[in-house]
Amino acid sequence: MSSTLSENQGPATGTARVKRGMAEQLKGGVIMDVVTPDQAKIAEDAGAVAVMALERVPADIRKDGGVARMSDPDMIEGIIDAVSIPVMAKSRIGHFVEAQVLQSLGVDYIDESEVLTPADEVNHSDKFAFTTPFVCGATNLGEALRRIAEGAAMIRSKGEAGTGNVVEAVRHLRQIKNEIARLRGYDNNELYAAAKELRAPYELVKEVAELGKLPVVLFSAGGVATPADAALMRQLGAEGVFVGSGIFKSGDPAKRAAAIVKATTFYDDPKVIADASRNLGEAMVGINCDTLPETERYANRGW
Amino acid sequence: MTVIIGVLALQGDVREHLVALAAADAVAREVRRPEELAEVDGLVIPGGESTTISKLAVLFGLMEPLRARVRDGLPVYGTCAGMIMLADKILDPRSGQETVGGIDMIVRRNAFGRQNESFEAAVDIKGVTGDPVEGVFIRAPWVESVGAGAEVLAEHDGHVVAVRQGNALATSFHPELTGDHRVHGLFADMVRANRARRSL
Repeated sequence: MSSTLSENQGPATGTARVKRGMAEQLKGGVIMDVVTPDQAKIAEDAGAVAVMALERVPADIRKDGGVARMSDPDMIEGIIDAVSIPVMAKSRIGHFVEAQVLQSLGVDYIDESEVLTPADEVNHSDKFAFTTPFVCGATNLGEALRRIAEGAAMIRSKGEAGTGNVVEAVRHLRQIKNEIARLRGYDNNELYAAAKELRAPYELVKEVAELGKLPVVLFSAGGVATPADAALMRQLGAEGVFVGSGIFKSGDPAKRAAAIVKATTFYDDPKVIADASRNLGEAMVGINCDTLPETERYANRGW
Repeated sequence: MTVIIGVLALQGDVREHLVALAAADAVAREVRRPEELAEVDGLVIPGGESTTISKLAVLFGLMEPLRARVRDGLPVYGTCAGMIMLADKILDPRSGQETVGGIDMIVRRNAFGRQNESFEAAVDIKGVTGDPVEGVFIRAPWVESVGAGAEVLAEHDGHVVAVRQGNALATSFHPELTGDHRVHGLFADMVRANRARRSL
């Protein structure tokens, strides 16, 4: 639980400032999905700001079907030992025991993720109950604010993971940005109704209307496969990007990883993005989202 | 006197530093290219991932210009990853991790632990008057040892967490996350004093 600092008190861990502040340090960076310690090292060498440790990248989860769960602790620890950058790991939505396990392993961030099969179709985990900070996916502003109200210290667009298709991430980011812009124009009377409509706490809605941004860091995730995709998400307002299957499902992961890092930093410089895009080899094949049945859309998971 | 202070914007909490510097009456702007570096009177190296910032600095031709300007006396302030970048030596560098240097100190990365050990604590800093500052330590480094030229400004739990050598200042923690702009004020004063000396 967040606590305030006073002089008589010892050091305070797990405060909102420490959790949200951790995400601030990741801004402008790329967080990469990895399934082995070797991949984690490739990601670190390419300039990733963090890695997401998991057993299967979303493209394979999609292919294999079945129930997708938290990864093997041995596998997560192997990755923690292999790199010095922060390590994140995924728990199922509402599976607070998986989250407890991840915290005990010492991961730096927990992603309560729709990519895994949800464990609870009503409730998400109470994220204030943890010292380890959480990142959660969102498709719109109301969803983002409900996650923040539950204690999320970082938000990412959901996109449609494992497709290599950026269209859903664009939709979600634009949606969040547009809804924030609309709130900016509301007067105090209108904010109460807006909170009802967004199904989010009034205090958070008011804070967003005043700040003109979320009170936590906003990244993009779900479908980024190329340097230009990453730069697009940044130009649309994402403060950094997650890349899942896009790197290690491509022809030359090390080169593509470094290229996406470059394009994320110089997202507004087409010459740098062009140079980064040269000779990267095969991109992941990708799936057209309009051919995906509703039941196979991960973005629909979460409430 | 109006001074221009850049924030190295390759990766990290750039925005918070820009806000803090503006509050300290400096003109604050992002620096990602050598020509942008050439125009500033002082530079902040923000918090972030030190391995990423180091790699991008080398990749985009900033490392040598940064070293040259720091050697030449450019006032610099590094927080967390920025402190690591200003260290003459890192205890446990990743392969190929280079630093700008400028402070005769050896820094240990993530010395206070992983994210679950990240904490807030009050810190007394030499040169900052009034109440202690609220130190926000995130996977923070500490200074293992300092050379004769470097002055220790603050300690926490027996470890050195703030250092100054000439025009270079470094803290393990993140004043930019607190809304208390006194440390940035101290740095802005260093930049103004340096400008005044140079224009004599």
